[in-house]
Amino acid sequence: MIEALSYEFVQNAIIAGLLVSIASGIIGSLIVVNRMVFLAGGIAHTSYGGIGLAIYFGLPIFLGASLFAVLSAFIIAFITLNHRGRMDTFIGLMWAVGMALGVVLIDLTDGYSVDLMSYLFGSILAVSHNDLYYMGTLLIATILIVTLRYRDILAVSYDSDYAKLRGINVKFFYTLILVLSALTVVVAIKVVGLILVIALLTIPVYIAEKLSNTLYMMMILSGIFSSIFTISGLILSYLYNISSGASIILVSALSLFVFLIFSNLRLR
Amino acid sequence: MNIVEIKDLSFSYGKQKILEDINLIIEERDFFAVIGPNGGGKSTLLKLILGIILVQKGVIKTFGEIPKKNLAKIGYVPQNTDVNIDFPIKVIEVVLMGHIGTKRPLFGYAKEEIMCAMGALAQVGMEDFAQKKIGELSGGQRQRVMIARALCAHPKILILDEPTASIDIEGQKKIYELLKFLNNSITIIVVSHDISIVLEYANKIVHINKRLTYHHLNKEEKERLNMAGHFCEVELFNILKGDHK
Repeated sequence: MIEALSYEFVQNAIIAGLLVSIASGIIGSLIVVNRMVFLAGGIAHTSYGGIGLAIYFGLPIFLGASLFAVLSAFIIAFITLNHRGRMDTFIGLMWAVGMALGVVLIDLTDGYSVDLMSYLFGSILAVSHNDLYYMGTLLIATILIVTLRYRDILAVSYDSDYAKLRGINVKFFYTLILVLSALTVVVAIKVVGLILVIALLTIPVYIAEKLSNTLYMMMILSGIFSSIFTISGLILSYLYNISSGASIILVSALSLFVFLIFSNLRLR
Repeated sequence: MNIVEIKDLSFSYGKQKILEDINLIIEERDFFAVIGPNGGGKSTLLKLILGIILVQKGVIKTFGEIPKKNLAKIGYVPQNTDVNIDFPIKVIEVVLMGHIGTKRPLFGYAKEEIMCAMGALAQVGMEDFAQKKIGELSGGQRQRVMIARALCAHPKILILDEPTASIDIEGQKKIYELLKFLNNSITIIVVSHDISIVLEYANKIVHINKRLTYHHLNKEEKERLNMAGHFCEVELFNILKGDHK
């Protein structure tokens, strides 16, 4: 177990796991309190189109996926702000089209037999130094934005109608939250894959929400829980030689289950 | 100066007329009640005064200017205070949202803002609940917090949309007593279904159903409506209608 820590790819995996956990704790909290889980799911799957595009044109994967995810965040923001009634239809559509586009683009790429599974379920053991820089930058930017504009983000999330009356640009902050979600989803795909990313963004957050009186407490607790689940999942995947993404999610789900049992017992 | 002045106002959503030829004047320290059926245009009128939706035809002036210029002078308590009850937010944070936030520090809230929010909570008798999660409060307590939020910016007018819709009778009475107290220094505009309560507290009542019926209730009429503690809504509407013709 200990000797595994001397391998660089294991060190990278742990650092990546922590960076992504903290980012997803913060952004996951915003996604959950704004009832955007389905929107984040849409962004995650649409971004597969960006992965395909990046592979086809030989661009860095994070760049292609991020551009695509941010673009889809803007489209989703526009739809939810202007045509709320048809939101689910449009997001379902983007969800499917993004995936299809990704698959076709990868098919068309000469001599590239990509391991689709690594994007669907994560490839945390294949994190490079550049990936770490990207994740670190994103985390710092997220913390800065959320801290400096906390009161606006809180007001928009809690009561957007009232925030508008107080002169806050609700559309801007709503879009900002979606764009940050998109960027976080892209790095979380590296850790747990795009199928499981929603679980990482919601399970630790759900437990934290029950234990918090304030939004920032919820963000901090989510980050801590998420880190614990990710590292435990990684250890289990090493010990039993199982997929890391799936074991992280199962550890999270099991913890949620235990938490629910205990909190119900305490209520009695 | 009239605090709110509306002249020949009409408003429609698409082809459907919501408000027609509305004229009204609200003076300083009025306790102004707006009654009328659902879909009669009460909420639309409030939104026009608040500047949330724009005037199509006619004129609305608040403090002699267009409504958008006076956001800070108007405190608003929205109709539904039951939204987002699970949200992890403390009472004090909800009240702090009432600040328009012109002199904000780089991070968090300024000391004066927090003092001011605590003062607003004290005004509505909720200062002991400042650190509680909003979801732990009862409907009536939450309504008080929303009033404190509106008071936070030291408004000249307080506008309330159905403030007692989801509160028990005892809580309703308390809210109206609070409004009566606040009315010593602030103009109050309230939309309500509770006609009997409105009659007791308001000094001016208008009935809106697309058109507006303006009515000063004199004491005699109030007594007639409240005969032996029995209250008849139909009679009130008849009086108001009679006034219109």
